[in-house]
Amino acid sequence: MNTRESSTSASPSASSPIETPLSVYDLTVAYHRKPVIWDVSFEIPPGKLVGIVGPNGAGKSTLIKAIMGLIPKASGRVQIFGKQYQKNRHRVGYVPQRESVDWDFPVDALDVVTMGLYKEIGWCLPVRKKHRDRAMEALDRVGIADYAHRQISQLSGGQQQRTFLARALVQDADLYLMDEPFAAVDAATEKAIVKILHEMKQAGKTALVIHHDLQTVPEYFDYVILLNMRVIDHGLTADVFTPENLQKTYGGRLTLLEEATETMRRREQSL
Amino acid sequence: MGGLEQWNWFLDGWIILAGVLCAASTALLGNFLVLRKMSMLGDAITHAILPGLAAAFMISDSRSSLPMFVGAVIAGILTALFTEWIRGFGKVDEGASMGVVFTSLFALGLVMIVQAADHVDLDPGCVLYGAIELTPLDTILIAGWEIPRVVAVLSIVLLINLLFVICFLKELKLSSFDPALATTTGFNATIIHYTLMTLVAITAVASFETVGNILVVAMFVVPPAAAYMLTDRLGRMIVLSVILAIIAAVTGHISAITVPRWFGYHSTSTAGMMAVASGLLFVAAALFAPRHGVIVIFFRRQILAWKILAEDIIALMYRIEERDPQQKPDANYLREILFSRSVPTKLTLHYLTKQGHIADTNGNYELTETGRDHARQLVRSHRLWEHYLVEHAGMSAENIHKQAERLEHFTDRQLREKLNEDTLDTDQDPHGSPIPPEDEIR
Repeated sequence: MNTRESSTSASPSASSPIETPLSVYDLTVAYHRKPVIWDVSFEIPPGKLVGIVGPNGAGKSTLIKAIMGLIPKASGRVQIFGKQYQKNRHRVGYVPQRESVDWDFPVDALDVVTMGLYKEIGWCLPVRKKHRDRAMEALDRVGIADYAHRQISQLSGGQQQRTFLARALVQDADLYLMDEPFAAVDAATEKAIVKILHEMKQAGKTALVIHHDLQTVPEYFDYVILLNMRVIDHGLTADVFTPENLQKTYGGRLTLLEEATETMRRREQSL
Repeated sequence: MGGLEQWNWFLDGWIILAGVLCAASTALLGNFLVLRKMSMLGDAITHAILPGLAAAFMISDSRSSLPMFVGAVIAGILTALFTEWIRGFGKVDEGASMGVVFTSLFALGLVMIVQAADHVDLDPGCVLYGAIELTPLDTILIAGWEIPRVVAVLSIVLLINLLFVICFLKELKLSSFDPALATTTGFNATIIHYTLMTLVAITAVASFETVGNILVVAMFVVPPAAAYMLTDRLGRMIVLSVILAIIAAVTGHISAITVPRWFGYHSTSTAGMMAVASGLLFVAAALFAPRHGVIVIFFRRQILAWKILAEDIIALMYRIEERDPQQKPDANYLREILFSRSVPTKLTLHYLTKQGHIADTNGNYELTETGRDHARQLVRSHRLWEHYLVEHAGMSAENIHKQAERLEHFTDRQLREKLNEDTLDTDQDPHGSPIPPEDEIR
C-alpha cells in the first residue's frame, strides 16, 4: 500500500554491478491460519545497516525466520543476492535471539563460535586447529577472547550475545540477519556490537537488525523498515523514521485488518 | 560375598558382555536424547516398537530376527513422525502428543503380542523385562567361534552407533544446540533428527532381548544424565556416559547374583539390577559432582558463610576499636550485635585466633596488626560502597547499609581503587564515619 519505493532500490537489473542483498515480495506467513505477517515487500540496498522496528508481535522474528526458510511461507518470494535462499545461504550469517538456545549445553564459547565454520569444514570432517584459530580471532574481535574456554552458561548475557556475534563473524557472510542483538545487554556489549556493525558496513556487508530501542535507531541505522504485520514504511532513516510513521506502526495496531482476520478464523473454526 | 561361588566365567562372562554392549550402545545415543530434552521420545520409541515387533511376528509367523527387526524399526520411526505431526496439527505440546502416540501403540502391541502368544512361543514378560540371563544359550557360529546371537547383534549395533557418533559428532552437536543454525547453514536438522531416531529404534530393538523394552529407557537416559552432572564438555560427557553405563552393567550383574542372597533370596533380574545400579550412579553423581553436586554446593556455601562471618567479626571489632580503643569485646557481645549463633561464632573466633587476626586474652578479644589491616580494608570497602551507592546509584542513606554489607565481602583492592576514584572528593561515608585509608599511615 504505502510502501514507498526508495531511491536506492530503483529497478535492480540482473546485470547491475551491485546486487541487491535481500528482496522480499508479497511475503505472507501464518501460524495456525492466523497471519503473522501480511504481504510484506521490500528491498534493501547493499552496504547498509538496516533496522527493523515494530511493536511486540509485529512479526519481526517471523520475518527473519521466513527469509531463511526456517518457517514455511504461506505465499511470497524471497531473494538473496538475486537467488533463492538455498542457493546463496553461504552468503548469509544469522544471529538468533539469545533465548533460542539452551545455554546449559555442554560446550564452551570457542565451540559455539566454531559452529559457524561447520558448513565450510563439511560433513563428517573434524574441526582443525586453523578453524579454532579463526574462531579465536573472532572472539578477540568482539572482545571476549579471555572467556573462550568458559562453559557458555558461565558467560554473562552480554558475553553470550557477543559469542553469537563472533559465530556470525566467522561465517564471513555478506548479509547478516540479527534477531535483537541489543536485547538486555550491558553498555560495553552494546558498544562492541555497534563497532562490529560499522566494521561490517566498511567491508561492504549488509546487516538487517531487529531493534527495540527507538531512541538509538537514527544513530545506529542508515535504513529502517517499520513493521507491524505489514510494512508500514521503509527507506532511509532520515526519510521514514518520522513521528507519523511511528504512530502508524505502534499506535492502533491495524485494528480493522486484525478484526477481519479474527472473524475469518472464528468462522473457519466453527465450520 | 554369597553367590559368587556359583560364578561361571563362561555363562556370566557372556551375560556381562551382553549387558556392557547394550549399555554402551544405548548410552552413546542417550547423550543426544538428554541434551535435546528428548528423553521421553526415547521412552516413547522403545514402547511403541512393540506393535511393530508383534506385527512382523504375526506376518512372518516366526521369531526369526530380521522381519521383527525391520517391523520394530519402522514402528519406532513412525512414533517419532506421529509425535511431530500431532504436535504440529493438534496444537498440543510435545509431551501430550508423545503420550497419545506411544501409549496407544504400546497398548496395541500388547494386545497383538498376547494374541500371537496363543499360537507361537513369544513371551510378553520376556519382551518387557528382557532375558539377559538366557544370553549364553542361544548361540550362532561365526568364523568357527560359538558366540551368543545377542552378543553378535549388539556388537554390530555398538559399532554402528560408535561410527555414527564419531563421524557426525560435529553435526549432532550443532543440530542439538542450535537446530536453526544447522538448518540455515545447510545441515538439515530434520534429517539428523530422524537418523538419530532410527538408530534409537534399532538400538532399542537390539536391546530387547537383554534388558527388555521398559528398562532400556533407563539405559538410554540415566548414564548420560549422570555424566551431564559431572562435566560440562560434550566430548567428556559422551566418554563418561559410556564408562558409567559399563560400570552399571557389570555391577548390575554382580549385584543381581549377590545382593538378594544377603537377604536370603535367590538371585534376581540382571536387567533390573543394571537399571538400579545406573540409578544409584546418578544419585552419586548428583550428590558429589564437582561443580553441580548437591554436597559440593552445600560445602561451598558453608565455607562462604564462615568466611563472611569471620570478616564480619573483625570488621565489627575494628568499629568497636574506632569508638573506644580500650574495649575488648567477648564472644557474647559480638554475637549479640551480629545475630550469629553461638557455635559457629566460637569456632570462627578460634579460627581467627589461630590465623593471627585476633588475640584472645581470657575470653576477651582484640585485633592483631594483620587483623586490623584486613579489617580496615573491609570497613573501607563498606564505606566506599555506601558512598558509591548514594552518589552514583541514587539510593537513600537509610537502605544502603545492607547492600554495602554484602558487597564488602566481594571487593578486592583493585575494585576499591576504582571506587576510590569515584569518591575522591570525600573521606567520609554518607553516615559521617571516616573512610579509613587503604594502608595505615604510620
